[in-house]
Amino acid sequence: MSVDPLTGPSGVPAPAAGDLHRAAARPMPAVPRVHEVSGRLTDDLRGLRVVWKRELIRFTRDRLRIITSLIQPVLFLFILGTGLSTFTSSATASVNFKTFMFPGIIAMTVLFTAIFSAISIVWDREFGFLREMLVSPVRRWALVVGKCLGGMTVATIQGAIFLLLAGAVGVPYAPLMLLTLIGEMALTAFTLTAFGILLAARMTQVQSFQVVVQFFVMPMFFLSGAVFPLSKLPSWLAILTKIDPLTYAVDPMRRAVFAHINVSPHAIRVLSPGVTWNGWMLPTGVEIAMVAVMALVLLLGAIVNFSRTD
Amino acid sequence: MPSPADDAPVVGESPLSSERAEPAIAVDRLSKSFGQLEAVRQVSFTVAPGETFGFLGPNGAGKSTTISMLCTLLRPTAGRARVAGIDVAAEPGKVRSRIGLVFQDPTVDDYLTAAENLRFHGQLYGVPHAVLEPRMREVLEMVELVDRRNDLVRTFSGGMRRRLEIARGLLHSPRVLFLDEPTVGLDPQTRSHIWRYINSLRKIEHITIFLTTHYMDEAEYCDRIAIMDNGQIVVCDTPEALKQLVGRDRVEISTDDSDATISELAARFGLDASISEGAVTFFVANGEEFLPRLFAELSLPIRSVRVARPTLDDVFMTYTGRTIRDAEASGTDHLRSNPWVRARVGRR
Ligand SMILES: Nc1ncnc2c1ncn2[C@@H]1O[C@H](COP(=O)(O)OP(=O)(O)O)[C@@H](O)[C@H]1O
Ligand SMILES: [Mg+2]
Repeated sequence: MSVDPLTGPSGVPAPAAGDLHRAAARPMPAVPRVHEVSGRLTDDLRGLRVVWKRELIRFTRDRLRIITSLIQPVLFLFILGTGLSTFTSSATASVNFKTFMFPGIIAMTVLFTAIFSAISIVWDREFGFLREMLVSPVRRWALVVGKCLGGMTVATIQGAIFLLLAGAVGVPYAPLMLLTLIGEMALTAFTLTAFGILLAARMTQVQSFQVVVQFFVMPMFFLSGAVFPLSKLPSWLAILTKIDPLTYAVDPMRRAVFAHINVSPHAIRVLSPGVTWNGWMLPTGVEIAMVAVMALVLLLGAIVNFSRTD
Repeated sequence: MPSPADDAPVVGESPLSSERAEPAIAVDRLSKSFGQLEAVRQVSFTVAPGETFGFLGPNGAGKSTTISMLCTLLRPTAGRARVAGIDVAAEPGKVRSRIGLVFQDPTVDDYLTAAENLRFHGQLYGVPHAVLEPRMREVLEMVELVDRRNDLVRTFSGGMRRRLEIARGLLHSPRVLFLDEPTVGLDPQTRSHIWRYINSLRKIEHITIFLTTHYMDEAEYCDRIAIMDNGQIVVCDTPEALKQLVGRDRVEISTDDSDATISELAARFGLDASISEGAVTFFVANGEEFLPRLFAELSLPIRSVRVARPTLDDVFMTYTGRTIRDAEASGTDHLRSNPWVRARVGRR
């Protein structure tokens, strides 16, 4: 059947529709246009703030989540830490094993909170809110940066709550150390959120969350030096720990803690050996710069991924 | 045959800028393929400012895909479209700032309150702070949700969510409002409620509405409708004109042997009958005059009979050869491939 899209099948005369109120016959009164986003930076920044603030509101409203996500690190620190410390005291040069673990467990808290926050995008996609954001005039980069900053804020808050336990494991509340740790947590959280957003792009369903945790999060956590010192490892394991990006986030945190407790140089050599590449000990600044570069690369990747339309 | 431009109602002498006098939506041979599947094929139509224009078609006809292209969420494979005077491919950001969109699947955030959802929306669209709160009140009043403004959306019923979404779509005073199946999955009472809002909105806000539906009765509310099937517009006109086009009454009879009835109708009256929803259905110029003849001449006893003036269902049947419900039953739903745009399917 040959059909003109506007008049129907050929042969059927198009009917006169004069008897009907064709809409355009009504005059169009000028409706005051509230505002038109014109691609200005301020508009994008406002959108960025919306995404960030939503993350924060949802976080603070979900008290249960805040508490439950503290359970796992507390278990690691006080159960595993206490259990292991009974037979590691000689190897740890009489440093409390929990003190050693503390920065690692902070990193773990940040890791899980940030990844969880990023992956909530999959829920947003599933339950639609993502489309509300995507169809808004705010440019995509602003949405992604807002999400990363949201994940960063939430994970840093969660990590900071955990910092309160410092006293219980023999870590002093030294203001400089706390500030350093918070700064390092924030950078780590931002990077991990960007990483999580990239993962979320590949996830087609909420159920793949478990896969992400088993394939990425757990290996990253175990290889990062969060729960055991990176000294005296067999070479295959040493190589893996150096590949793990999280290693370069945990090490500066551990150094910050060890700089503020009274331990022998021997203990530092065993428990906080730093990361060496071919015999070169990476300075803290280089490690932090590496994490920052990763953050930028992952962020760009997330933005590119987010901006594509098919 | 008139070209698409001729078909667009002419806007009279209006003091409006030339941009406003231009069609609210102008679509020229728009197509979209997903791999082998041609979801939308060479669709062309024009919507005048202030008009309510409906896409009517079964599931899988390509309605949502068309809306997604007009809203810049999907890139057309071929063809062009202008919305509110802006080319969707060239300046998607500008198009987005001028349109409002109510998706087929809910997109409000359950864990925020109604007011928070609206406020965030206003900020995403750059509604100035001074205007935002009064405007929020206005749209909430329109959908009668003012007293629930501080409740979490999680506690809302399906109909309330829909109303909130409609309010949200209007918040930034868009020039064109897209409603993708605004009433799907709602009970009849809520549906008519939603339609009351949409109708009052047309009067109060004077905006152009583009909606899709697979409910025939809802298409009646539109100034013009385009019937869509298999990615193509098969016909496009006012509901009245379309019904006149069919021009015949629909007769449904039931007998003990439908097949025998069909062949007898063909042999004796030269009628082309078919079975639709269990009844033998055919069209005659004047149903009431035909019935006495039918009773007198049909050899099989007739159990029941029904004569109806043409409905949009009949229009649909005339153009596609099946009822929309039959089309619906054969249509399959799908998962979207773009992970960012993929909708939740079959979960409402
Ligand atoms: N992202 C996609 N990938 C593949 N096929 C799709 C996609 N989106 C829609 N389709 C297919 O395109 C056709 C039209 O779908 P849609 O526009 O959603 O129809 P409607 O809204 O009229 O029910 C369907 O056959 C559907 O399966
Ligand atoms: Mg649809």
